Amino acid sequence: MNVLLDNFPAFRDGFIGTVSITAVSSVIALVLGVAIAGFRVSPVPPLRYFGTAWVTLMRNTPLTLLFLIFFFVVPEILFPGMSPFVLGSLALGFYTSSFVCEAVRSGINTVPLGQAEAARSIGMTFAQTLRIVVLPQATRTVIPPLSSIFIALTKNSAIAGAFSNAELFGWQKLMSDKGYDIIPVFIWVALGYLVVTFTISGLFRLLERRMEVAR
Amino acid sequence: MSASVLYDAPGPKARVRNRIYAVVGTLAIAALILVSVLRLADKGHLAPEMWDIFNYSGIRQNIADAVLATLKAFGLAAVGSLVLGVLLAVGRLSDHQPIRWAATTFIELFRSLPLLITIYAIWVGFLTDHSMWALAAGLSVYNGCVQAEVLRAGINSVPRGQSEAAYALGMSKTQVMVTVLMPQAIRSMLPTIISQLVVTLKDTSLGFIILYPELLQTARLIASNTQVNGQYPYVSTIVVIGTIYIAMCLVLSALATWIEKRGRRAKTGIKVAPGVQTDGISTVDDIPAANPGGAGGAGTGADGADGTDVTKS
Repeated sequence: MNVLLDNFPAFRDGFIGTVSITAVSSVIALVLGVAIAGFRVSPVPPLRYFGTAWVTLMRNTPLTLLFLIFFFVVPEILFPGMSPFVLGSLALGFYTSSFVCEAVRSGINTVPLGQAEAARSIGMTFAQTLRIVVLPQATRTVIPPLSSIFIALTKNSAIAGAFSNAELFGWQKLMSDKGYDIIPVFIWVALGYLVVTFTISGLFRLLERRMEVAR
Repeated sequence: MSASVLYDAPGPKARVRNRIYAVVGTLAIAALILVSVLRLADKGHLAPEMWDIFNYSGIRQNIADAVLATLKAFGLAAVGSLVLGVLLAVGRLSDHQPIRWAATTFIELFRSLPLLITIYAIWVGFLTDHSMWALAAGLSVYNGCVQAEVLRAGINSVPRGQSEAAYALGMSKTQVMVTVLMPQAIRSMLPTIISQLVVTLKDTSLGFIILYPELLQTARLIASNTQVNGQYPYVSTIVVIGTIYIAMCLVLSALATWIEKRGRRAKTGIKVAPGVQTDGISTVDDIPAANPGGAGGAGTGADGADGTDVTKS
């Protein structure tokens, strides 16, 4: 208990750090993932190849290596002096985008072919088909895997702590450097993460229930 | 191509439009790559000297040692996680409530914690002088929990009649598990199990936090200890190391895909789960999601998903 009470401000900062990096990179992953999924299902071959290459590369690279790339290579290409928070969120977001992309793509593929055919045969345009018929059905199948992906993202955000971001893993490291017993530190950090992941899975379950429609 | 939900087989007008998109898209992507390369070349990262460092036998030896170290940790973690996975899966399906309860708690706790936290705690708390064993132990605990869930989904996907028949023959519960359920579960889940091993292989890179000299840690050391033209060769090192990682992972993934295809060819009536990399997330949840609609969803998915409400907690 002492570990927490004596160092509460640091713990709170760590917790907020975990939450904010998770939130920012979730948004990046979602936007990028949906865009890449769009590439992968598009009728234009070069875009499809690009999407496939993206997913293959991102999924087979260790996240830690991706962090290394973002911290040492990307600043050279873009502009130097970006904050660790930005770089960390980008690395996490890029990595997770490949998983989001695959979830969205398989979601679109689950919509029976007849649905879109029927929509087209009653004269709907492409945009209408997508908006009114396909996407609402795809969204529902995508929600459960997305929930797992965002929980994995939360867990992966710990790596950002090893790259000079203030978050819970950083706190764990700091406390053990200060000589506190690792077990209580571990328990508090674990609780911190459990709170975040519980919240995410709760939100998604709520969403799932709201979007539930018998098919 | 016309088999997509989203568009018809293109007519003449659409074909022209698609060709325009193709050209524009290719140009945009090429421009992006070109700008990056030019910027890197500008800063001298692509100078030949930067890549020359890989001609030194010392650095080559370092990388070879690092690959070996990575594979060693991976091998230990693979064996450890599979053994632990089998034990935990059996524990979760045990008839004795305390065992079931303990296994469930263990799985849910360690699966929902970041692996990094676990590895670090094991390293600091128990195995400070043995970073390889700390890394292997951490990986085994985390991946063992995931593999346990995969196996459990596999066991649940074996048709009920199989175990009923085995019990009717007078087999004991252990015999049923070992000779009837486990082999079929492992067979149907092999692609998923191997995909999880890909995740395990990628996660060995977390060893750099506990200073285990695996590939990534070595890469960092090489890049930060050598100076060429007054710069650190991060770009060339990362390209080389990244290629090695991607190659290793692709080989394992290819194995999973191959087994999945073979499994689908055999007519055993037991569905083979697709080898989709889940990043060690929920597994059971993902199996129906990855192969939903159509024939999937039913087999491994629906059965495995019962009472699992995975991920969470």
